[in-house]
Amino acid sequence: MAALYEGYTLCGLVPDQNLSSSGIQGIEEERDGDHVVVTDSARSVTLYKVSDQKLLGSWTVKQGQTLTCSAVFNSQTKEYMAVSDNKVIRIWKEEDIQLDKAFKATVSSDIWMVHCVHGGEPVVLFKRGAVRLLDSLLAAPQQPIEEVLNQEENIRWSTTIVAETQQFVIFTTEQKGDHFLHLQRLNPNTLQRYRLEREEPGVSPLSFSASYRDKHIHLLYLYPNGHVYQSVVSVQLLVVEEGAQALPLPRSLLLGLPVGDGLLEAASAMVLDEAHVAVVGVPHPSAGAGKDFLCIWNTNFQTLQAGKEMAGKIYGQLWSFSNKLFIPHGKILSIIPFECPKSSLASALGKLRQAKTEECKVPASVPSWNNILHGEKAQPSRTVETRKTRTTRKTQSTPSLTIDQVLDLIKMAPVEEVQKEVEGFLSRADLQDLQPSVGQLASTLVSRSLNDPAFYSPSTLAQLVHTQCLCHSVCPDLVLLALEKKDYFLCQLCLQFFPDIPEAVTCACLKAFISVPDVDAEKARLEPDSISFMETLISRECGQVDLQNGFSPTSCEEDCSEDVRGHQTRTEAKKKTSAPPEQICPVGLHKAVLLNEILQTAHSDSFLLPHLKDLSSQHVVLFLQYLQFLYLKYSQDDSLQMHGCRSPSLAQVMDWVCLLLDAHFTVLVMTPEAKGLLLNLHSFVRSQVRLVSELGKIEFSLQELKKMKVKKDVGQYSIEVIELF
Amino acid sequence: MGEFKVHRVRFFDYMPSAIRAMAYNSRTERLAVARADGSVEIFNFSDNYFQEKVIPGRDGRAVEALCWVGQRLFSAGLNGEITEYDLENLKPQYVIEAYGGPIWTISCNNQGTHLAVGCEDGTVKLFEILKEKIQFQRNLDRQKNRIISLSWHPSGAQIAAGMMDMIRIFDTETGRATHRLLVERGIGASRSREVVVWSVAFLSDNTIISGDSAGKVQIWDGLMGTLVRTHLVTKWDVLALAVSQDESSFIAGTSQGTVVQFQFLSSTVDRQDRDHEWVSTRTFKNHSHDVRALALTDTAVVSGGMDTQLVVHPLLDKVEKYTHEAAQRKIAFPHRSLVGCAKKAGLLLFQFPDHLELWRLGESDGNGKPGDSLTVKRKPEKLLQLKRKGDDHICCSALSPCGGWLVYSTVSSVRLYKLQHNNNNVSVNKISKLPKELRSVHQLCFSADSSKLFAASSQSSVVVVSLNQLECKYVQTLRHKSDSRQPIHLLYPSEDGKWLAAANTDCQIHVYNLHKMKLHCSVPVYSSCPTAVAIHPATNNLISVHADQQIFEFSLQQKEYTEWSRKLQKQGLHGLWLKRDTPVTSVGFNPKNPTHIVLNDTFMLCIIDQSLPLPESSTILYNQMTLRSLPAPERTRQSHAFKICKNFQHLLSVSLLDDLSLVVVERPLLDVMSQLPPPIRQKKFAT
Repeated sequence: MAALYEGYTLCGLVPDQNLSSSGIQGIEEERDGDHVVVTDSARSVTLYKVSDQKLLGSWTVKQGQTLTCSAVFNSQTKEYMAVSDNKVIRIWKEEDIQLDKAFKATVSSDIWMVHCVHGGEPVVLFKRGAVRLLDSLLAAPQQPIEEVLNQEENIRWSTTIVAETQQFVIFTTEQKGDHFLHLQRLNPNTLQRYRLEREEPGVSPLSFSASYRDKHIHLLYLYPNGHVYQSVVSVQLLVVEEGAQALPLPRSLLLGLPVGDGLLEAASAMVLDEAHVAVVGVPHPSAGAGKDFLCIWNTNFQTLQAGKEMAGKIYGQLWSFSNKLFIPHGKILSIIPFECPKSSLASALGKLRQAKTEECKVPASVPSWNNILHGEKAQPSRTVETRKTRTTRKTQSTPSLTIDQVLDLIKMAPVEEVQKEVEGFLSRADLQDLQPSVGQLASTLVSRSLNDPAFYSPSTLAQLVHTQCLCHSVCPDLVLLALEKKDYFLCQLCLQFFPDIPEAVTCACLKAFISVPDVDAEKARLEPDSISFMETLISRECGQVDLQNGFSPTSCEEDCSEDVRGHQTRTEAKKKTSAPPEQICPVGLHKAVLLNEILQTAHSDSFLLPHLKDLSSQHVVLFLQYLQFLYLKYSQDDSLQMHGCRSPSLAQVMDWVCLLLDAHFTVLVMTPEAKGLLLNLHSFVRSQVRLVSELGKIEFSLQELKKMKVKKDVGQYSIEVIELF
Repeated sequence: MGEFKVHRVRFFDYMPSAIRAMAYNSRTERLAVARADGSVEIFNFSDNYFQEKVIPGRDGRAVEALCWVGQRLFSAGLNGEITEYDLENLKPQYVIEAYGGPIWTISCNNQGTHLAVGCEDGTVKLFEILKEKIQFQRNLDRQKNRIISLSWHPSGAQIAAGMMDMIRIFDTETGRATHRLLVERGIGASRSREVVVWSVAFLSDNTIISGDSAGKVQIWDGLMGTLVRTHLVTKWDVLALAVSQDESSFIAGTSQGTVVQFQFLSSTVDRQDRDHEWVSTRTFKNHSHDVRALALTDTAVVSGGMDTQLVVHPLLDKVEKYTHEAAQRKIAFPHRSLVGCAKKAGLLLFQFPDHLELWRLGESDGNGKPGDSLTVKRKPEKLLQLKRKGDDHICCSALSPCGGWLVYSTVSSVRLYKLQHNNNNVSVNKISKLPKELRSVHQLCFSADSSKLFAASSQSSVVVVSLNQLECKYVQTLRHKSDSRQPIHLLYPSEDGKWLAAANTDCQIHVYNLHKMKLHCSVPVYSSCPTAVAIHPATNNLISVHADQQIFEFSLQQKEYTEWSRKLQKQGLHGLWLKRDTPVTSVGFNPKNPTHIVLNDTFMLCIIDQSLPLPESSTILYNQMTLRSLPAPERTRQSHAFKICKNFQHLLSVSLLDDLSLVVVERPLLDVMSQLPPPIRQKKFAT
């Protein structure tokens, strides 16, 4: 679950008199995530180191001049760029002290903004919609700038995005209440224009946020009525004739935020990742009408994941760099670290126990001595690890490693050490706080194992699964990894403990289990409980001939021998009854245990069916034979199911029989060796039908009994007449 | 057989009191039960758990612990007093102040020579048991905290005392504390609260078992003073412990309403005595509220608590299956009637510990078909609520058949009132001068013509008092010739005023001739205690019903059992009749049909038709439903003497009025349950 951590202050603000704006024009990332350039709305640009909350440099334009767009940093040339008085581009370096002495260039048209992203070239967006690369503009500063926008059309917001190799300038405009999205592609230059659907009249978007993923640009915009829409634009080149009408931009409602009374005024929504949106200036759903909240919403599940009250006025401004939210409120600019781990449905619904968010680990902690000593020592001494070093290390590592350290360790260290440290970590940590870290541990382990074929630590993984904090969606590669490594014990554990294994994976497991040679399966170490269940099942004498559930195994046998093998002599039939083939388990003990595990997984028929079709007909026949064996055993002795340990129920067995038949009926009909099997199954169905019809007969009597049982309410006093016979 | 108009009364708000303490005397097989109102009840476990005796409570006497010493019964309570009971006269014999503040526990050593009490001021006081009294001997080392529980080592040389946060072991010779066993507090929020050791048990192998408020049952080594094992039994308190006679098992009662049994078993399959350990084996959940008191008999777990019911849960490994003993018993109502009925006047008298209520029954319009509810023309009316005087609770009461007299008694005094009904008003006049013979009385009744009052007094005697307008005169004291001094619990005067039957808890029934004022005869003593007696108005035969469900008819003229009674005994009662687990509490007769006897227990009312054949063991006893569906001629062929009606449940009383309508007083258990305080909140799904 996403979390907001304790924030800290970066700097104070000088908001204007009526508190209508925060006094900050913009914040841009500098050389790395830890450095930002803050441009105020008047004259100065300031450079901060965020984690130290420290001011590194400050530049001011002369009195009388104003900065009209926020300063950006070009990481390629290590230069800062800003625009003063709309037309003067200023470029300087960190060493420059006097801004007036730095480079200046005056252009012929008003500039809206200079954009620069990491890995991209600086781009200048003019107020009338034209876009120039900075280099080409500076080559001829006075070059004529064309008017792209219509007469009354004005830019409201802009950004730039680098998608693979292509750079885009995205900006939105407003014209008489209509909003347009412009997608300006650079090199080659093309412009696409989209019309945003109209919300209620007189309502225009409060904030925009754009992000790029999966070859699409996702534009997120918030309306004052609390609706957050998302529009997705492909970055593929669309062939459009110049001057064509603006395309309508399809949108989808992502969130309907509670707005309390009235409309939102200063609010902003920002994409954090594919599932999370940060919203500021919107009331908290469970905290009344106050709008001074910063919230993280999960758009997949429409759930509020974290919320924080911000003291003072909210200006509707929000920036985010490297997992920190920058939010001006009141008279300060605060930095709130956040975290948006990948959320599974299970954790969103609270099915797995959710830990309370762990302590903030940003600002980065002082590197621990442990880590330095142990981390550097362990690596070189690995090859010549003597008893002495091992013991010293042990004493050193007794102070617990943090989760991050363990994760680092998993990426590098040898199997034994990983095992030891993970075990240690698990035994130390309180199970309640464990849930997020277990997921991290498991996925790191799995990715290491996938990348490094020599690395595999079955016991650690089994231990992690045993904590029951994992589920399939947290760590989707785990089951397949286990299958690949032929670690059947881990497979069994996963099938047992994961509530959300997809049908495709279940089917893959089934296929793997059924095709594994019995010899291999017997080698696997499996859960003793499930083995003992299977042992009792197999060893159970098949001599009992009592009628259960209206079905007698011998009568079935007779049916079969008469119907199917009518041509066989009676003696032969008799021989069969003494050792009926259906009574012998068609698969080995361990294989049967694994198949039982499959039978017990949760599934939905319609999703399973297409995958089941992939099974080969031999496998289907074998599996059906096994299911038949189970059915016969169960109908002989219903006490088997009450054995106490995990065992497939009769209903589950029947379900799987039906599913398999559904998936493969035509093939089975054509397969000669399946004929006897199908006839047997037919007789099962007949006996079940008989049972149901018998039950139906007593249903009416039971209903009558129920009607009789109506008791009338007697008050404190009544006079009744009874008759005794 | 016939139709009856039934007044179904549910406005008797009888509320039993919570069970506080229990003591089982395995020699006499008697269980003493103390309730929150201070009353003490004696149950005879060898006689179908019959409630033989009830010692009424008293305001301000809260019994916290009970203890048998041989046949003597002692109690101690938070009023700081030790009480010995007079079980023959059903009252406290004497009360001794212990001078240690409230007393939490009392315990007697195996030798029966000393009593130890644990007091609020931190002292354990030893009393020497003398004949007829007890005498303070000395204090053991005084502790800082109150003593909650005590247990003697069977040798009598040591005492374990449960306190706050610890258990102390005292040497009884020196009086010194020899060991201190620290009891761990609960986890989480309860860590800051001190843990109360509610109960301890000291076994002969020096094992100490403790139950505490953190939900733990702990096994300690009493020699070394070390903790051997901790069993976390509940999240709440373990309030009571009881150890079996042979020390092979013990039970622990929790405030969750469960009773957990522990057995001393070998942990490995090959039976070696060394590695025996206490293993939790069974959990019984028979209570909705705190289990405050426990007893472990040879065959059953006996438990009681806040939900007021006494539960006897047989241990199926100790009893023969499918016998009478193997059935679980829940004793929810007293085995005597708290309802008086004036048959001629249609009045009901309800007895509460602290007051009496007099009600007039309602009236209905006309008649109806069987199964109908008639419209109530006049609602029942509470005519009188009479508060008792003094601190002692009411132990018995009676209403004369004409409705003109009312009498009640506490252990110290009897009060008689003359009631005058004019229209809807009742005026009450107290009869001021009562003969001095009417003092300590434990059963009262009026003669059929309301001219005499009979009172069961001390030493099994009956005091006869004659009543006329505003005056009452002592006539005679009737005594029997046997040497039994047990209290009389049943009195029944005959309709014609000639006979009086009196039954005592020694199972004797004596019949007095009231004309001659002397003993007429004694019915042969049967082994089970009579639970209801009555004299037939027409034949003067005495019907007695006993705790083991047997029915006898004794002819007073011939002084022998009647033909019908002999036939009944020869053929034997029906198995299902004998299996019923509540005693018959009243016997009555139909004035219009002399062959009819009306009986009731808690769960049924029965009319025995003596003219019909007795049910064979193969016939259906509860056959009313079958008979209803049969045509009339078939019906007469199939019917038998026992007409049992189960329409009414939780019956406190059934009586047949002179106008042939029945009055049934029901007290549904659900109503009782709903008045209990809420039980411990237990988390269920989604709450």
